[in-house]
Amino acid sequence: MKRDKILDVKNLNVSFKTYAGVVQAVRGVDFYLKEGETLAIVGESGCGKTVTVKTIMGLLPEEQAIVNRDEGKIDFKGEDLLKYDDTKMTTIRGRRISMIFQDPMTSLNPTMKIGDQIAENIIIHERKSKDEARKDALNMLKLVNIPNAEERINQYPFEFSGGMRQRVMIAMALACSPEILIADEPTTALDVTIQAQIMELIGELQEKTNTSVILVTHDLGVVASVAHRIHVMYAGQIIEKGTVDEIFYSPKHPYTFALLRSVPKLSDDKQNRLYSIAGTPPDLINPPKGCPFAARCEFAMKVCRIKQPEVTSFGKTHESYCWLHHPKADKNEVPEILLRERVI
Amino acid sequence: MEKTNRETLIEVKNLKKYFKIKRNVFVQAVDDVTFDIYKGETLGLVGESGCGKTTCGKTILGLYDATDGKVIFNGIDVHSLTPEEKKDFTKKAQIIFQDPYSSLNPRMTVGDIIGEGIDIHGLYKNKEREEKIFELLYTVGLNREHINRFPHEFSGGQRQRIGIARALAIEPNFIVCDEPVSALDVSIQAQIVNLLMDLQREKGLTYLFIAHDLSMIKYISDRVGVMYVGNLVELTTSKELYKNPLHPYTQALLSAIPIPDPKMEREKKRIPIKGEIPSTINPPIGCRFASRCKYVMDICKEAMPKLVEVDKGHFVACYLHHKEKAN
Repeated sequence: MKRDKILDVKNLNVSFKTYAGVVQAVRGVDFYLKEGETLAIVGESGCGKTVTVKTIMGLLPEEQAIVNRDEGKIDFKGEDLLKYDDTKMTTIRGRRISMIFQDPMTSLNPTMKIGDQIAENIIIHERKSKDEARKDALNMLKLVNIPNAEERINQYPFEFSGGMRQRVMIAMALACSPEILIADEPTTALDVTIQAQIMELIGELQEKTNTSVILVTHDLGVVASVAHRIHVMYAGQIIEKGTVDEIFYSPKHPYTFALLRSVPKLSDDKQNRLYSIAGTPPDLINPPKGCPFAARCEFAMKVCRIKQPEVTSFGKTHESYCWLHHPKADKNEVPEILLRERVI
Repeated sequence: MEKTNRETLIEVKNLKKYFKIKRNVFVQAVDDVTFDIYKGETLGLVGESGCGKTTCGKTILGLYDATDGKVIFNGIDVHSLTPEEKKDFTKKAQIIFQDPYSSLNPRMTVGDIIGEGIDIHGLYKNKEREEKIFELLYTVGLNREHINRFPHEFSGGQRQRIGIARALAIEPNFIVCDEPVSALDVSIQAQIVNLLMDLQREKGLTYLFIAHDLSMIKYISDRVGVMYVGNLVELTTSKELYKNPLHPYTQALLSAIPIPDPKMEREKKRIPIKGEIPSTINPPIGCRFASRCKYVMDICKEAMPKLVEVDKGHFVACYLHHKEKAN
């Protein structure tokens, strides 16, 4: 299947001014998204995954955020979103790229009927009349499987359960048939059975509409079922990129490996200790000079602390940023333990 | 792994906890729950949000007064204690809270947070007290310099360690762990779970481990209880539960766990649950899962099924299996 690139992010840097100093939240992120595919960005809290997608949406607080608008690039079908001002972004945001937020409890307006909230988007972007927009909103509610949509459309968010609210959010995001849907931890606040329903729904809708999806999450389980490609982020950088199978079955970066190992599997026994990564992520006000993971990495070498690792490619789709892959590294191959211990 | 000589530490008998929200309107958060907790084991309690697992844990500790039923700890009823006895009980039973951000007093130093229980129970004084706090900090993987710092200076994982040190300070033998890792990142979760398991081994602690993460529960628990809308619907060893779940709700719940393995995930068949969770304000008279259950029978809607032992140590509250046993 040949697919075109719909989004191409190049050398994105985002920092935030805080009282403690400038936090370098995103440091040189590159990635692309193809039509109709699901790209997952995985990482722990504070690694910069949400900041990355919020930059694409143009949703960063202007006062504190510093974005390298000149050197960086967010190419969306030939338009560079980083050069767009807020007025221009409104023609894109919510219409051609839309977003589902993590917390369905707080991201809906509690004082507006949900029908009106969905219709608002349609009225603004598609310039339809109120009645038409309302009809569309009703169809959207039916599309996301809300029972009794005719009655539900006149209710307020507090009358909906968490899973139902997330459905409303999805209906809202998809109301103008966007080309890209960004889902930022869409199921983190939900229970497993509801989570499964929502992920299935996003998958079905994507197939129907051929929307591209960027899924931001920390849950490797969710990623396994829906993503085509996975990017692993750590301390503001993407440290490994690959297809789902590449990341799960032949991870190359020690951090990816550690992340996979630290998730308890159903086959695990209480006898074996859970694998844990010692230490905590680095402070991004003074990020380390070398590899950001070096301090916690069990394979760290001298060079890791001094110099940022370069990219090593393994085939067309698989890339990793780690000195262990360098031909001049002490151990020229991936440490044995990485190969010996299968993830599953 | 089967323990032959099981000594019961806590007996929970027909425990009920209703919260009054209006005159004659009650939320039946925990409704008629019965189970035992054995000495030295980890009993896991799973269920979706709002199913009453936290309320159950807190009522067992006497943090909530029970509406009905009994909690027998070491032969004494937790809910009919004199203040004196109550103080004695709190020395033996402690809790680790879910949210490491809101469960530590921001205006107290770490040393005072951990030392509070020691002071209340008059266990150690002055130099000895300080030594004990150093020792606790060391046990949970922090160091002595942390004693004069405030909670805001710590990360989530470190704060959870402080919460654990506080629970351990008075050397309890029973700890309720109320979702102790759900607010933490995966890599940090593993650190805390390993710590809890090491402590259990060293000190012979008994845990009631409450969580909604089914893989984590399976990993840490010896036995697991599944709750649904205030009822305990299934209880058995963690191995048995995941190998041979009997209650339709447990089956659906287990099939919904996302597996971090793309190939298994592609082949997996999920058992969908339709419909919404019933309200705990006016729950149905019969089985509370009946409205969403695909095996529903007439009897399910008429009377609530009792928790019955259908196999050795495997309890389930479902008519499907009660019948089997009768035949």
